[in-house]
Amino acid sequence: MCLAIPARIVELEGDKAVVDAMGNRFKARTTLLSDVKLGDLVLVHAGFAISAVDEEEAKKTWELIEEINTFMETDKKVSG
Amino acid sequence: MRKLILLWRPTRRCRVKFIQMLERIIKAQKSIEESCRKLERQIHIMEVCGTHTISIFRNGIRHMLPENLNMLSGPGCPVCVTHPGYIDTMLELADRDKCIVATYGDMMRVPGQGGSLETKSVGRDVKVVLSSDDALELAKQNPEKTVVFIAVGFETTTPASAVAVKEAAELGIENFCILSNHKLVVPAMSALLSDKSNRIDAFLCPGHVSVIIGSDAYKGIVKEFSRPCVVAGFEPVQILDGLSEICKQLVEGKAELDNVYGAVVKPEGNTKALEIINECFEPVDGYWRGLGKIEKSTMQLKDGFGEFDAYKRLGISDEAGEDTSGCRCGEVLCGLIDPPECMLFASTCTPDSPVGPCMVSSEGACSAWYKYHRKGQHG
Amino acid sequence: MGKAKHEKILLAHGGGGRLSDELIRHHILPKFQSKTLQQLTDSANLELDSKSICFTTDSYVVKPLFFRGGDIGKLAVCGTVNDLAVAGARPVAISVSLIIEEGLEIDILENILSSIGKSAKENKVEIVAGDTKTVEAGAIDKIFINTAGVGVRIDGVELGFDKIQPGDVIIINGPIGDHGIAIISQREGLEFETQLESDCAGLGNLICTLLEDVDGVKFMRDPTRGGLAATLNEMTRGCNLGIEIREVDIPVRPAVRAAAEMLGFDVLNIANEGKFAAVVAPEHAKAFLKICKKDPLGNEARVIGEVVPTKDGPLVEMMTKIGGRRVVQMPYGRELPRIC
Repeated sequence: MCLAIPARIVELEGDKAVVDAMGNRFKARTTLLSDVKLGDLVLVHAGFAISAVDEEEAKKTWELIEEINTFMETDKKVSG
Repeated sequence: MRKLILLWRPTRRCRVKFIQMLERIIKAQKSIEESCRKLERQIHIMEVCGTHTISIFRNGIRHMLPENLNMLSGPGCPVCVTHPGYIDTMLELADRDKCIVATYGDMMRVPGQGGSLETKSVGRDVKVVLSSDDALELAKQNPEKTVVFIAVGFETTTPASAVAVKEAAELGIENFCILSNHKLVVPAMSALLSDKSNRIDAFLCPGHVSVIIGSDAYKGIVKEFSRPCVVAGFEPVQILDGLSEICKQLVEGKAELDNVYGAVVKPEGNTKALEIINECFEPVDGYWRGLGKIEKSTMQLKDGFGEFDAYKRLGISDEAGEDTSGCRCGEVLCGLIDPPECMLFASTCTPDSPVGPCMVSSEGACSAWYKYHRKGQHG
Repeated sequence: MGKAKHEKILLAHGGGGRLSDELIRHHILPKFQSKTLQQLTDSANLELDSKSICFTTDSYVVKPLFFRGGDIGKLAVCGTVNDLAVAGARPVAISVSLIIEEGLEIDILENILSSIGKSAKENKVEIVAGDTKTVEAGAIDKIFINTAGVGVRIDGVELGFDKIQPGDVIIINGPIGDHGIAIISQREGLEFETQLESDCAGLGNLICTLLEDVDGVKFMRDPTRGGLAATLNEMTRGCNLGIEIREVDIPVRPAVRAAAEMLGFDVLNIANEGKFAAVVAPEHAKAFLKICKKDPLGNEARVIGEVVPTKDGPLVEMMTKIGGRRVVQMPYGRELPRIC
């Protein structure tokens, strides 16, 4: 019941942050987390960061998405 | 001009990663098939969370599962379980003068008596917001009006409302209030299993709710009802990994708690978020469409924050409300029937003219079934 | 002629008198650079070298008026040009009708007019007729534009639903979803920063080259409102066949996908303004793609699926990137941001 995507904190002042998800920058509050800093990866839902994301675990869970989204399968039937 | 755009380029690394992902998926799929072959009976796994329902359908996962594994869509769709009384209250507030209704987009099309927020938004103050922060901002910018924030969602979303209420209190923003229908997942799961006619063999537990409440929250369900509970995220690999773990448990006759979403779900959850929730809210008995009244299942603002409670501020009482449409959303939500078994499904009730919330909500089982499954029929 | 003095549009600018005249002569004609329009007759005389013509109309109400990658003026011209081109016609002439809210800054209007003039020139169409009306403040939000367009059918090209057959391939000319996301990122209340730009572009030149040089093009449409999902569903309904597409072959920029995920949108439902979906006989697909790839507006063209027979009536199905299958339904028509 919850859309949330991982994003990186690129601006932080108090508990007000700007996070970057593949080049899109959204406002997010870090009120629900302790010890977050610039550059951290967080999970964002409804404008709030709800969890820090372990970078190593993220590679297994989400980096694949980043890669898949940039993957282009060479067209087998037709190539131009 | 184009240099500013992030160009989409294929890379060799991408191909390698994609193949790795496919390998994991095939492995999980094979494991599920093998387990289901051994089980030799029909098994029913409930995906509690509506976002799981959507992901399963969008990725076409149902087609990849063995015939004797049936996925049940559960009540983890906050729009779907919102009782008719709340919807009618919401619509009535939209009609009031000097009242701005601020809502997440999810609630815009839910039908009640006399229309929906979408139809009401013509000529009235109904604003779609992305966060409770935005709703509070609306209140700051419109001091002469009362802003009512439609506070729906499970434990993932409750903290956002709590933070907004706390700030409203600290800053003295008196024209802000919330109409809370925040729900709790575990009481609903218990209620489902307490109904003897349930068909649930195991739960695929909601990944992001679990970020807040922690995977340990399901220990009670495992212990009392002996059902495997596995927490999973929403990517297809996650879902298949979660189902694979469940199926293995069922083969071995186990009922254990497991978590494949360790990247963000900890046993204890997000303790800071839980503290903030507990500071502002307390669980009370609440109405759920389809499940009736469930004890201590809905969040109400504590007395200390009473002035921000729309029910108290605006003198509204919370009623169950009546649904006379013939809609069987309730049975769908409990996993007792599949959407096509409702007579209204795909005939009178379609995404364009929804009768019940399960067809409105993008997460609703009926909507997902209609949109993503073959023509709304079994296939 | 004296220099225009007004900073904002007044109702009188649409009244047919001196102020209307000033608006046309000072602001519109210089920007549109049209010999036909300069004559200021009630109707334009067109000499077309064919009896086989295409005619289209469209209205533009986009907000915000100016967005990354374009504006309402560019959109109006490109949208009209594209509608003609996908019908198999070379765009020749368009009309531009403006409905302007009283109080709109003249500077803003000038920018839109410049954009219209520039786009018309780039797309090799002449603006041959126009109209201007003004309405009271509050009656509309700033400006609406209506266009009509005329094009000459390309010899030997007959596109239609009835031409589509099982085995034909579906080709799109580039990544989807850019326009819709760029627009919504600038909508009040939902703003977010992104480098994404609208793909707003006139496809007339590319499409005419394709139609002239490649056989076997059966049908084309531009997936604007409702996105690729709407267009593919319209195709299946038109020809009463099925379409199967492959998710892994549909190009989407990572930023578009991330933004769509953040907002809860389905990328297939998001509007595009510089894309076409073409149905092409399989034996000609290679030649089609070759031409696309030489053009900046087609260099990411791909085959994304094919037309198939169907037992269940018109149906669009997608093979998902993980090997599953799902139906692609006609979208509701409005994507709302969601949290669940």
